[in-house]
Amino acid sequence: MGYVAIKGGGQAIEGTKEVYDFLRTRQSDNTQPLDSHTIENQLRLLHSRVISEGGVYHPQLASLAIKQAQGDTLEAAFALRAYRSTQPRLVETPVLDTKNMRVTRRISSAFKDIPGGQMLGATTDYQLRLMRMELLNESQERFHSVTKKLLDDTNIDGIPDTFPKVLDSLRQEGLLPEIKNNSEKQIPFDITREPMVFPVPRSATLATMARAEQGSLLAIAYSNMRGYGDVHPTVAELRVGFLPVFLPHPITGELTEVGEVEMTECEVVAMYEGNEADDKSTFTLGYGACFGHNEVKAISMAILDRALQKGMKEEPGNPSEDPEFVLLHVDGIDSMGFCTHYKMPHYVTFQSDMDRLRATQQKQSNKESI
Amino acid sequence: MGASNHFGFLDEYAKKEIRRTALKAVAIPGYQVPYSSREMPMGRGFGTGGLQLTLSLLGKGETLKVIDQGSDDSVNAVNLRSFIEMTCSGVNTTISTTEADVIQSRHRIPEKDLREDQLLVLQVPYPDPLIVVEASENKRKTLHGEADYSRLLVKLYEDIVKFDEITISHRYPTRINDHYVIDPSPIPRWDVPKLDQSPALVLLGAGREKKIYAVPPYTKAEPLAFEDVPFRVEDFTDKDGQRRRCQRCDCTTSFLDEFIDSKSGEKIYQCSDTDWCNEQSTNSSVMSDKEITADNIEIVEMANG
Repeated sequence: MGYVAIKGGGQAIEGTKEVYDFLRTRQSDNTQPLDSHTIENQLRLLHSRVISEGGVYHPQLASLAIKQAQGDTLEAAFALRAYRSTQPRLVETPVLDTKNMRVTRRISSAFKDIPGGQMLGATTDYQLRLMRMELLNESQERFHSVTKKLLDDTNIDGIPDTFPKVLDSLRQEGLLPEIKNNSEKQIPFDITREPMVFPVPRSATLATMARAEQGSLLAIAYSNMRGYGDVHPTVAELRVGFLPVFLPHPITGELTEVGEVEMTECEVVAMYEGNEADDKSTFTLGYGACFGHNEVKAISMAILDRALQKGMKEEPGNPSEDPEFVLLHVDGIDSMGFCTHYKMPHYVTFQSDMDRLRATQQKQSNKESI
Repeated sequence: MGASNHFGFLDEYAKKEIRRTALKAVAIPGYQVPYSSREMPMGRGFGTGGLQLTLSLLGKGETLKVIDQGSDDSVNAVNLRSFIEMTCSGVNTTISTTEADVIQSRHRIPEKDLREDQLLVLQVPYPDPLIVVEASENKRKTLHGEADYSRLLVKLYEDIVKFDEITISHRYPTRINDHYVIDPSPIPRWDVPKLDQSPALVLLGAGREKKIYAVPPYTKAEPLAFEDVPFRVEDFTDKDGQRRRCQRCDCTTSFLDEFIDSKSGEKIYQCSDTDWCNEQSTNSSVMSDKEITADNIEIVEMANG
């Protein structure tokens, strides 16, 4: 008797691991376990989401994280983050220009005709969300014929690798602020190595949002879109593709391509604001970028970047313009951890709560009896 | 690619940063020092701040005790202890308060007085006592710098006006070294006086909120109160004015957990600190049939395996 509730913890924990894995493997005798390539390809957008929230570009481990988390995006991103904690930071890349991205999709909602044209690529935007019953029992042959047919029908040589940036043409017309050429090297704030003490530089806000939980980011951005804010963005360009990563060669020091990362980038243009000094008014910008193919996340981030820049310039007028409110509440690992922690024993604090309530009740009934 | 083979899980840069942060925290008693705080393989909110401190400070040959709700065998304590055993080879674990060099705890300070050569690490969910009156961290920083706790005192005053009582049950705001007021973590008010002039260093780690702060040894720790409304710890007297006793060890001086006996339906009380309870039981020979040491040993062995 006594203490039953919190005795035998070790055995109980072991049991949970076994039954958790049982549910993953119970399907049937001839089932193939999921392999990491299958997850990366057939669950492409889930994979993108996890790699972006995990904040470390490791496609194979992201697949493993999804597999062991049984598809829970928060848990999978969490496992990637914890893995990241064990890794030292060896080197910093120079700033990479997304002009060089090997583009798989790029669109602009600002102009009908953009240099290079609108390239829709792979998107569900204009698909009808009807159940595709034929996929319920998909044959091997049918599955493989899709790729073959697309590749056979396409003139691969005719596809350009990359496209000019829409913002460049807007800038040439003087509609956007000039890029300030700071002579001193701007070192981006590394949120994984330095604590954020508010106010924080814009690079810290962008880094925080780049690995934020997609739903959290969307919810706060949506509040701004609906009326708790007034960014009213126009998507100047949304591009998805593979960005070459360069590092200095260890011997020659020459910048050398070491690989590429899949990224989504969104640049929104918003209405102009009053300007200090005598500068001409220009449109204002918001920027979003993250690992993987996550368009909703990149657009949400770009809107929030704009809202936060406004909030930092003036006083925040609503939650989406308040850097503390946005940046301290969008991390999925933080928020899910704190949410689940309420399941842990709180016997002592609850005992303490009861003590206060009883003391208060006692005083109240003493008063009534007088 | 399981857990890292690296001693203490974290990379060396992270441990160095945490040690530097802890030193700064000791140098400025009660000041919340920001640090970058790594993601650990357990949930934010499960003691990752305390864990990062413990992993950065433990050395080979040292002995660690981990408790949660006063118990070594609470699921979270078991989980943290087995993770530390897995990643810190050469570190011993114990359930004895006396034997421990480092004690990591959630929600309790051991009943037994700690010594100068011991270190207490407390897990912290909310590092800032001002959060109840000011949501913005930036503004709270200024209030702390100016030692402006007037709004917190007004909150206590309003409690008295509304309820005739200060309603803060745990996480009781405590002024350290006559300046910074800290949130002493969700320990009951019962444990707050143990911070005052404690011979042992107390380090508090908030992983999710990315702060470390300290109550250095022999430092003044004073819970906020008024001259005419003194600070009071939890009251364990029964209707007849008798101090309730632990039904296991008969102790009348410890913090008690209350629960309902599943058979008799009666309300019973038992020490929250299991090591303390065992020691009292051993001292009074009659209690040997209720000994729970065996269970604890079994669990520790399992964690080792």
